[in-house]
Parts: sequence; C-alpha cells; structure tokens
Amino acid sequence: MADLKTNIAGVEFKNPVLTASGTFGYGVEFADFIDLNRLGGFIVKGTTLHAREGNAYPRLAETPSGMINAVGLQNKGVQYFIDHIYPKLKDYDTNVIVNLSGSCVDDYVTGAEMLNQLDKIPCIELNISCPNVKAGGMGFGTQPKMAEEVVSKVRSVYNKPLIVKLTPNVTSIAEIAKAVEAAGADSVSLINTVLAMAVDAEKQRPVLSTVTGGMSGAAVKPIALRCVWQVYNAVQIPIVGLGGIMNATDAIEMMLCGARAIEVGTANFIDPTVTMKIIDGIDDYLERHGCKSVSEIVGALKI
Amino acid sequence: MKKNMTDFRVVENLSLTDRLFLLKLTPADGSPIGDTRPGQFVEVRVDNEPKVFLRRPISIHRVLKAKNEMWLLVQKAGNGTNRLATLKSGDLLNVVYPLGNGYTLTDGHVLLVGGGVGIAPLLETGAVLKANGAQVTYLLGTRSARDLVELEQYREVGEVLVTTEDGSTVEGLDCQKGFVTNHSRLRSGAFDAIRVCGPGPMMKALAKTIADWPEMQKPHYCEVSLENKMACGLGVCLCCVENTQSGHRCVCSDGPVFDVKELKW
Repeated sequence: MADLKTNIAGVEFKNPVLTASGTFGYGVEFADFIDLNRLGGFIVKGTTLHAREGNAYPRLAETPSGMINAVGLQNKGVQYFIDHIYPKLKDYDTNVIVNLSGSCVDDYVTGAEMLNQLDKIPCIELNISCPNVKAGGMGFGTQPKMAEEVVSKVRSVYNKPLIVKLTPNVTSIAEIAKAVEAAGADSVSLINTVLAMAVDAEKQRPVLSTVTGGMSGAAVKPIALRCVWQVYNAVQIPIVGLGGIMNATDAIEMMLCGARAIEVGTANFIDPTVTMKIIDGIDDYLERHGCKSVSEIVGALKI
Repeated sequence: MKKNMTDFRVVENLSLTDRLFLLKLTPADGSPIGDTRPGQFVEVRVDNEPKVFLRRPISIHRVLKAKNEMWLLVQKAGNGTNRLATLKSGDLLNVVYPLGNGYTLTDGHVLLVGGGVGIAPLLETGAVLKANGAQVTYLLGTRSARDLVELEQYREVGEVLVTTEDGSTVEGLDCQKGFVTNHSRLRSGAFDAIRVCGPGPMMKALAKTIADWPEMQKPHYCEVSLENKMACGLGVCLCCVENTQSGHRCVCSDGPVFDVKELKW
C-alpha cells in the first residue's frame, strides 16, 4: 500500500479524497453506506451567517452526463451548525471542513470568526463562487479586487488554514487564484459549478425556477482539468481539485494536473460508496506505477 | 432502517399496458431483501443509456419476503424509464434502498386513493395495513377501465372502487364516471384515515374536497405521497424540496409522504 497521506497548508489528510460541499450533507447521511472515517475529509453543506430558504422548486435539470442545480444555499445558518451539527461531527476521525458563503463581506467575516472557535474544524472552505444566489456568492469570485477584499478580511479574523473555492465562470481563473493567494489564502479549491441553463422545448419555459443554474457531473471534468492545470501553473499554494470526478481515474487525472487533494461531488448521488472505490483505486494506481507516495503524482503531467 | 446499495436480478419484466410495466426483482447474491416500510421508494441506476445520468426514484410496489422479491410498477415517462422497460429476466439492476419515510400506519378503515402509476405504493401499503388488522378500501382513478392493472392483486387486499374519466366500467366493481373526488363513497365519516398517491392535480383536488371534513383535525388523517424531481434520494442535494408549513423540506428524505395539512397547497 502506497502512502496516501497529503497535506494542505499544514492540515494533514489520511488520503486525498474529500467530498464536495452540497453533495454530502453533513456526512451522516452516508453513514449507512461507507465508513466516514476512511475519508480524507468531508466538506459540509454550504453555510451562511443567516439561515436561507434557498430558491423555489424546480431546482434540478438533468443534462447529458451531468446536472444543473439551482438550490441557492439553503441552510440553517452558522449558529445552527455550531449548536446542532458540530456536536455530532466533532468525534469523527477525519477532517470536517465547513464551506462558508455570504452575500456581503461582513457576513463572511462574522461567520469565519464564529467558525474560528471550533477546535475540531481544521480549516474552512470560503465559497466565493456560488452561481445560485442573487447577492454576493459568485460575485466575489469573478473580480480579482472583490475576491482579494473578502479573502483578506476573512484572513484577518480566521487563524487556521483558509481554502478559497473558485468559480470557472471567469475569463482567467489564474488571475483570480493569484489575487486570493496575494490576499492570504492558504489553498484554492476548484471548480465550483459551471453557469448553465436548461430549456423545456414543449413548454417553451426554462426548466429551473431561476432560469440559470450551476452545472456539475461528468460533463464538466474537462473544464475542471483545464482550470486546475492553469491555476497550478500560476500559484504556489496547494490546489484541491474538483468537478466531474466520477471514479479513481478522474481523480488521478486531476492530481496529475496539480491537485494535491480532490473533492467528489455529484458522483455521490449516483453511487453513495464511490469515495471508497476512489480511495482504493488511487492506491491501486500508485502501486501499478511504482509510486511510494501519492505526492509523486501531483502535477506530474508530462508535457 | 439501514440503507444499502444492492445489485438485484430481474426475475421477470411484465408489460401490463403500453405504458406500465412490472419489474420483479431479487437480490443477485441471494441475500434477503432488507426491511422496508410501505410508501418508501428505491433509486435505481439506469445503465447503458447515455441520456440518463441520475438514478430514477421508483416506489416500492410490493415486497414478498417468502419469494425474496421486490416489485416495482413503473410507467414509461422518459429516457430512464423507457430504458428500464427493456430489462429482461436475468439482467442486473443496481438499487439504493429503502428511501424516504413511508405512510403512517393506522387501525380502522383506511381508504387508499391512487391515480395513474400512483397506485404503485398502495399495493404494499394495503397489504401491510391488512396484515396489521386494518380494513382497506381502494379508490383508483383512471382515464379508462382498460388502463387498470393488477386488479386481482388489489382485490385480494380490500374492496376496489373505481372512477374512470370516460365512464367505462369493470364488471363486479363499483365503477363511477368522473374523478376520484366524484365517487359517491368518498364522504366524511366513512374512513378513519386516507392515504393518497397520484398526479399532483388529483391529490390537490382531493385535498380541497376533504378540507372541511371534521376528521381532518386528526393528525395524519390524510397523507399524500409526492414525486418531485430529485437527484440524490438521501436528503443532501436539496433539489426536490416542497414548500411546507415549516419551510422547504426534502421530498426524498422528509417525505415522500406528508400530512396534507403540512403542505402549502
């Protein structure tokens, strides 16, 4: 067995397989299917300072090899997480990461301050890339100046490693990555969903209540690989890669492009045990290729 | 009730009408089918169909422990279910189950109202209610008598009342023209509980018809099963939400069965 351990900004992960926010609930929903403690970590549902009801139904459109969602960050808020969810999660033997989103800079800052006090949360993922909220969300992640502002302000109140989640819906994701690196981010995760749309031709209406939504699933992997590769060549901080990872081969492709860890998202809907198969598959791959450690394949793409 | 993902083998795929088919499944490795509750559902993986990415939620129609079979009554409604219709005996079907909450089981005289393929979960529900000592009456609404399937199965469980939109009848059954809300046996005082599954407009019309009945004051007097478009089936993606008195709730994990008074209809 190869050494699967990986390290993101000082946080050690027993393997590089995490789960993506919004696709894994609070982890417990998958406890019947897998041993959560085998995961490198899991990232809980996108959380905002105040509770949000999310967008109206319908929120889902299936597409060839993918899906578009328009959930809109439905969640019960940071305080609810601290009071009701955190106590159930803190004893897991894996890294539990909170995905924090906001509609204004102050909300991000206050939320980060509150989460900073949770001993068993080793780092947070700052979501500046949700395409499904009217105010804020992706707005912070599409302009370098705004990304820099929110990251530096959160940086000043949050003492632990800060992963910043980026949107692919920009002209140059490398520019955004450089801006958040300069503002003090310890790591970037990418990609969030791809802005997309589905139409019902018979009804002559959009499928989603919000007209546009965020696309995920196998179909977005080539975009994610391109983004990870571009960012890997632009910044020094470690990258967490995600977007369309359905199996171990997809995960390895992402790591070859420069991701030091990966997140599995939509694939959890189709196979709730897929994360375990990916961990085993990475191990098999490393053995076949004579690698002693998973770190040997990070950015090892031969050009 | 532990959820699991299991490969089932197709024992038989019976075409019942041009749109409805019955899949009889058994675990491929011979292991016993896990516990389920009436009104719960499964999510099946649709293989070899490039247009389909997500699993498809299907009601549990019947569980026969003695035969170790689970039955799914499915309606061809799109790429996923059309593909499932082509399954043959011996084919494998990957199933995640049991999902959702299921109906509240009660004593007394229970009316089970079904429309279209919504009759699917009511066979198992009626069978379990009857085994628990309840009296079961079915009220099945359909466009035409020829669309009624598996009547003998339902008649084994309880009396079957029918409404048909075209006025066609079935010999030996109390068959009336119109919608389920028009049937003369549907009236206040006749039943101790009502359990419904069918098209949204049918369920909403029924809810409106009985809204003023005094028995509606009882908790869980009338429960309906919803089929909002869903992805995960596990309550994590939050796509299938329904507007309820307590905000957006997931049909897959908080439902699919809701007390009708909980819904903002």
